[in-house]
Amino acid sequence: MAETPESSERSEQAGKTVARRPGGRAARTKRADEGAPPQVEPARPAEPPAVAAQGRLAVRKTYKLYVGGAFPRSESGRSYPVTDPQGGLLANAALASRKDARDAVVAARRAFGGWSGRTAYNRGQVLYRVAEMLEGRLGQFADEVAAADAVPRERAEALVAAAIDRWVWYAGWTDKIASVAGGANPVAGPYFNLSTPEPTGVVAVFAPPEAPLLGLVSVLAPVIATGNTAVVVASERAPLPAVTLAEVLATSDLPGGVVNLLTGRLAELAPPLAAHADVNALDLTGAGALAAELEEAAAGTLKRVLRPAEGRTDWTAEPGTERLTAFLETKTVWHPIGV
Amino acid sequence: MADDIFTYAPAPESRSVVRLRSSYGLFIDGAFADPAEGRSLKTVNPADEEVLAEVAVAGEADVDRAVAAARRAYETVWGPMPGAERAKYLFRIARILQERSRELAVLESLDNGKPIKETRDVDLPLVAAHFFYYAGWADKLGHAGLGADPRPLGVAAQVIPWNFPLLMLAWKIAPALATGNTVVLKPAETTPLSALVFAEICQEAELPPGVVNIVTGAGETGRALVAHGGVDKVAFTGSTEVGKEIARTVAGTRKRVTLELGGKGANIVYDDAALDQAVEGIVTGIFFNQGHVCCAGSRLLVQESVAEDVLERLKRRISTLRMGDPLDKNTDIGAINSAAQLDKIRELSGIGDDEGAQRWTAPCELPSRGYWFPPTVFTGVTQAHRIAREEIFGPVLSVLTFRTPAEAVEKANNTPFGLSAGVWTEKGSRMLWTANRLRAGVIWSNTFNKFDPTSPFGGYKESGYGREGGRHGLEGYIRG
Repeated sequence: MAETPESSERSEQAGKTVARRPGGRAARTKRADEGAPPQVEPARPAEPPAVAAQGRLAVRKTYKLYVGGAFPRSESGRSYPVTDPQGGLLANAALASRKDARDAVVAARRAFGGWSGRTAYNRGQVLYRVAEMLEGRLGQFADEVAAADAVPRERAEALVAAAIDRWVWYAGWTDKIASVAGGANPVAGPYFNLSTPEPTGVVAVFAPPEAPLLGLVSVLAPVIATGNTAVVVASERAPLPAVTLAEVLATSDLPGGVVNLLTGRLAELAPPLAAHADVNALDLTGAGALAAELEEAAAGTLKRVLRPAEGRTDWTAEPGTERLTAFLETKTVWHPIGV
Repeated sequence: MADDIFTYAPAPESRSVVRLRSSYGLFIDGAFADPAEGRSLKTVNPADEEVLAEVAVAGEADVDRAVAAARRAYETVWGPMPGAERAKYLFRIARILQERSRELAVLESLDNGKPIKETRDVDLPLVAAHFFYYAGWADKLGHAGLGADPRPLGVAAQVIPWNFPLLMLAWKIAPALATGNTVVLKPAETTPLSALVFAEICQEAELPPGVVNIVTGAGETGRALVAHGGVDKVAFTGSTEVGKEIARTVAGTRKRVTLELGGKGANIVYDDAALDQAVEGIVTGIFFNQGHVCCAGSRLLVQESVAEDVLERLKRRISTLRMGDPLDKNTDIGAINSAAQLDKIRELSGIGDDEGAQRWTAPCELPSRGYWFPPTVFTGVTQAHRIAREEIFGPVLSVLTFRTPAEAVEKANNTPFGLSAGVWTEKGSRMLWTANRLRAGVIWSNTFNKFDPTSPFGGYKESGYGREGGRHGLEGYIRG
């Protein structure tokens, strides 16, 4: 998908209420046809942009989708304003369409053979590299998490640190889960019989809305650690750390398409993913009120479904292996023994 | 053929070991009871269409009573019982199954139509073995790698098919009871009898009332059971179509589900395979149990260079199969389980003709009464043909060819199902290469249709989810 210059994107947005703020950043009202009530007041700019002491104007980032290893805008040309809890504008994020979701599934399917075919050791190396890249960007993530959740900087740093440690924890699982979840079966006959776990395939992950980085890492890392590929719908409210995570993934030797990240409306993106015949499994952790409807849609092709947990999840607690095994299939191979 | 000098004398197994009652009630809370609405259905012997018995049809009120009994038993007796005590009940049941195995084998052959050779040598030994296996787990669940203090789910609703009636019951009930759950099980409408004798065995073992409840009936009874608000777990073996309906029904509830559904297994024969062994495996793969096997090797993928040779040997071997009286110990192929299933097999094989595949039928005489379909092989089948895509669930083999290993894998995986597959080659690395790439839950290499209680069984994709058998089989009944 080709990049469009900012200017042309703006011209495509003609007719919308546009509030400019210093630095040329604009916050638009939500469009009535997006299903949300039209916003009368334009979003306020959050903090005044940090103009460097030298009087230099900061270069801002465009938050885009991450599909097939590239960073396209939504094919629909849409975006939506992302705000902090007080309503201050943080940035515009891409408002992905159903078509973007389908493209993401195609990319994830294409990447599945290669990624699931890597050795478990190699997947562990790549995932550990992701943690290294996360560590290098700790400050940036802490800024984004602090802004998204309006938490003190110190708390945000702790959450980012927990997310990095969580990633390392799952990186270490890649070459151990088969020993734990599989094994030899002592059948009553002269047969070699071995059960091994294999990745389910393409998993659509609805990230938890409340924990934009730690929650996202906690649901995404286990999916890809075992060799699945993922289409992730980021927290609708706070998608910016997710996009930055995608930038980390893109620079960590993770093959394109293994993780595909969509930002936008859950209600628009989740139903087509839940009904998509080339999606093998759903993680409904962040599906909220849509969970039952999505599970029902998943029944059409018998997708594996991880239901949302009952009650609130403590994302800082050490997880068990449930999120790893939820997206594994057990394959059992028999062979006669004889001379 | 010149080998008519060796003729078979009939060797029928005696029916006298089975004491059939004329009618059976529902088994609820440890006792047989009449259904609230007084409806019943007749179960027939598919080999001669003789009515074997009348069986109650459970309505919603009966299902409700059964679930309530299971809940009571779960809360007051079975849930709190130490695992070691539960284990002893299961060992007891296993022993009684062994003691009464001939009776059950004959009964199963009568009600299902499958040959006594199979019920006697495959079904019943596996049934007892399954109870023995899971009995041993009951007091060792903390060692199963499913959490330090694994807890049961509660009441399990279990719906099973007609192809292996008692074996499917064992696959469902043994792990459920071992883990501390209680069950309400619905056997298939055409094969309810062995489950009702199992109910008697529960009484004989003095299993506490309500731990096992058997509600007979058809689809309506199954639907009522699956949808019942008082069940915590649904386990189903049957068609993919019904499996999807169940997945829809439980969506948005807290019920846990395991589904073991249809298949269209590929049996891949490479050119270096031991061809006579492969031919035996192909025959076992598709004609075992009249092809009423979800994991049947119903698509033969044979390497082009040996295709002619394999087909010739295969037809010769199939021609020696003996079809007829299921109770005759010589019989290899029994009756099709029901008129409805026979219609389905006829319809799909008719479509095979219409779509241009070539039909070959083993020369064998069909008995005049009962439901019968001769072993059939379709050649010239392409991936687009419906007989290569849809589960026929009968003794019908579709033959496709391939040139390269990559093509074999591609074709084998080109199906929404993913239950089983076979690989025949003398080269170990090729076998493992192929097994790695097949998207199926069970791969039989240089063998086919082998089952064991220690070995997990279940599918990928639309063949369902969850595993039955082995340590994995505990997972569907445990809260970690």
